[in-house]
Amino acid sequence: MVYEERNTWASMVVTVVVLIAYVVIVLQRAGGGPLTEVLWWPIMLGAIVGAIVLTIVVSILWGILAGMRDPDGVGQSDQRDRDIARFGDRVGQSFMVAAGLGVLALCAIQAHWFWIANAMFFGFALASLAGSLARVVAYRRGLA
Amino acid sequence: MVKPTRVTNRIRAVREGAGLTQAELARRIGVTRQTLIAIEQSKYSPTLELAFQLSRVFGLGIDELFQYPEADSE
Repeated sequence: MVYEERNTWASMVVTVVVLIAYVVIVLQRAGGGPLTEVLWWPIMLGAIVGAIVLTIVVSILWGILAGMRDPDGVGQSDQRDRDIARFGDRVGQSFMVAAGLGVLALCAIQAHWFWIANAMFFGFALASLAGSLARVVAYRRGLA
Repeated sequence: MVKPTRVTNRIRAVREGAGLTQAELARRIGVTRQTLIAIEQSKYSPTLELAFQLSRVFGLGIDELFQYPEADSE
């Protein structure tokens, strides 16, 4: 597995773990009451910062382990990585557009800030997941 | 969507004929071994630049290394 594919897997796994943790914490804080009563932004901020830090840590640790097994080209990227990254970005971007439209719709109906912020947050997360998934598929099945 | 490339090649046969390993050839053209494997398996169409580099390593023309189906067989 090449350096960029490892980073993509790391990002995908961390995003799923952080999303699940975020949902569990928000539901716990709500305690069965309305979700809009939850002080959501510190949890969301923690999730975003946590995801970034965790992705970096997992990538570094995985890189060290991979380097011990196969020191050749452990941090090397090439044209195929750049092509696959562009493909993944294109897929992820469509989810960002959908999330942006969702946010506009929620603003139009004057939804609670909680729902607007969370629509954007999950839009970012889904865009990242979809982009990562597209990259992994391209690495495994090929990119014409 | 991801689809297999229609460009095929005989890089593997030529490489083996030249006694080069995948790692050696990958190093010579500046890509990862995984990228060379993807090219050999026709899972990735190399850029024109890479195609030229490959053809120069073997001293062959690009169309001797790569094949693309004729228009009437599409």
